Amino acid sequence: MREKAIYILCFLGACLMIWNLHHIFTEMAPEAAQGMAGWILFIHVPADFMGDILYTIALVTCVLYLVKKDLRYDSISVACIEVGTMFILVNLVTGSIWGKNQWGIWWTWDLRLTTQLMKFLLYLGYLVVRPAISEPSQRATMSAFIGIFAYADVPLVMMAIRLPNVRTQHPSPVIETGGINSVMLPFVIGIFAQLMMALALMLVRLHQESNRREIDSLRRELHAL
Amino acid sequence: MTGLSTAFAIARKDLRTEFRTKESLNASASFALVILVIFSFAFNLERDEFYAISGGLLWLVYSFAGAMIVNRAFSRELPNDCLDVLITSPAPGWAIFFGKALAAFCLLLIVEAISLPVFGLFYNIQWINAAGPLVLIILLATWGMTIVGAAFSAVIVNVRLRELMLPVLLYPILIPLLIAAMGGTTALMNGEGLSGDNFGYLRQLIVFDAIYTALALYMIEFILVF
Repeated sequence: MREKAIYILCFLGACLMIWNLHHIFTEMAPEAAQGMAGWILFIHVPADFMGDILYTIALVTCVLYLVKKDLRYDSISVACIEVGTMFILVNLVTGSIWGKNQWGIWWTWDLRLTTQLMKFLLYLGYLVVRPAISEPSQRATMSAFIGIFAYADVPLVMMAIRLPNVRTQHPSPVIETGGINSVMLPFVIGIFAQLMMALALMLVRLHQESNRREIDSLRRELHAL
Repeated sequence: MTGLSTAFAIARKDLRTEFRTKESLNASASFALVILVIFSFAFNLERDEFYAISGGLLWLVYSFAGAMIVNRAFSRELPNDCLDVLITSPAPGWAIFFGKALAAFCLLLIVEAISLPVFGLFYNIQWINAAGPLVLIILLATWGMTIVGAAFSAVIVNVRLRELMLPVLLYPILIPLLIAAMGGTTALMNGEGLSGDNFGYLRQLIVFDAIYTALALYMIEFILVF
């Protein structure tokens, strides 16, 4: 059942993504200022949405784990954070390619870029420390703690880099400027395609985690014998 | 004993052991001095340019030294299972943590007090004119550093390679604090006050301290007793 769901989600996601690419490259005229390179934003923006959504789910499950002490919440947190971090990486890389094309540089210490990188590094810390703790319930508690601390840090970094002498180059979101109508469809399709990918990856990850829990409990039984 | 007096007792105990052995104090202070010397080779700058990066230099030194101090906060209790005894004692979890953070705070302030004059001396920076606001920034930022550092020290006390893991976790979390501390210190060194635009640095430090002190004190119970 679970395997079927994974295959179906992957297939649907891939279909949507291919259809979306086809639509973008054949139906849409290249954007005036950016040319073809501008279309990378249809991957860039949904990836950030996915990352943020997954991190928010992870925050909720981290808190739930600390309250309820159910290891399933820990599995959901780690699945969310791992997949979310991958999406944030996709966001950073595609953004960097876009920046090279538009600004002539791969990276600049701009408001959005910096916070995004910090988010990535914070959750990378979570993923690095996690495997170093061998006892399952201890690993879950510590990870939940780190997950909550990391989430609390993102708004602070955002405030910190708004302090004096910070400039921004990143275009403000099209949703805020209202220029969205013509590009709405590829964005929405892009979001749905990536959502399905995210769900499929999370299901794989959750499956791995439940296997790991089983292995842990078997190992504990073996030690008891 | 109430929570606070327990916390002070634990802080006193930690400081006493540290003053007797001086293991992390010596290591951290000499490390700070070594870093200060190495920085002088890293940058070949005019005097004015040193003023422009002074805040950054100072806080890099302090954060490196700080990681060494807070790393010991909980791992000091590992030999002879002292940590388990502390946790099973009737003292509330937050009091144990608060005491340890307090002790690390004092130790780090000592290291900073040693390295600040050396910093001024080596790089020919006049910090004495802005000593008042500078001390305020140092106190606020050091508190933020030790409270987060002690919390993570508790988190990773049982982790393999904890000396390597602490910086990986600690520095990204400290970024908002370090941005504010570095910016504020540089502004002070350049003769600006902490009013107007620069007040933001101070506000950022206060917000960071408040959020993480509350978060750490609240969550430490889950970390120590699980």
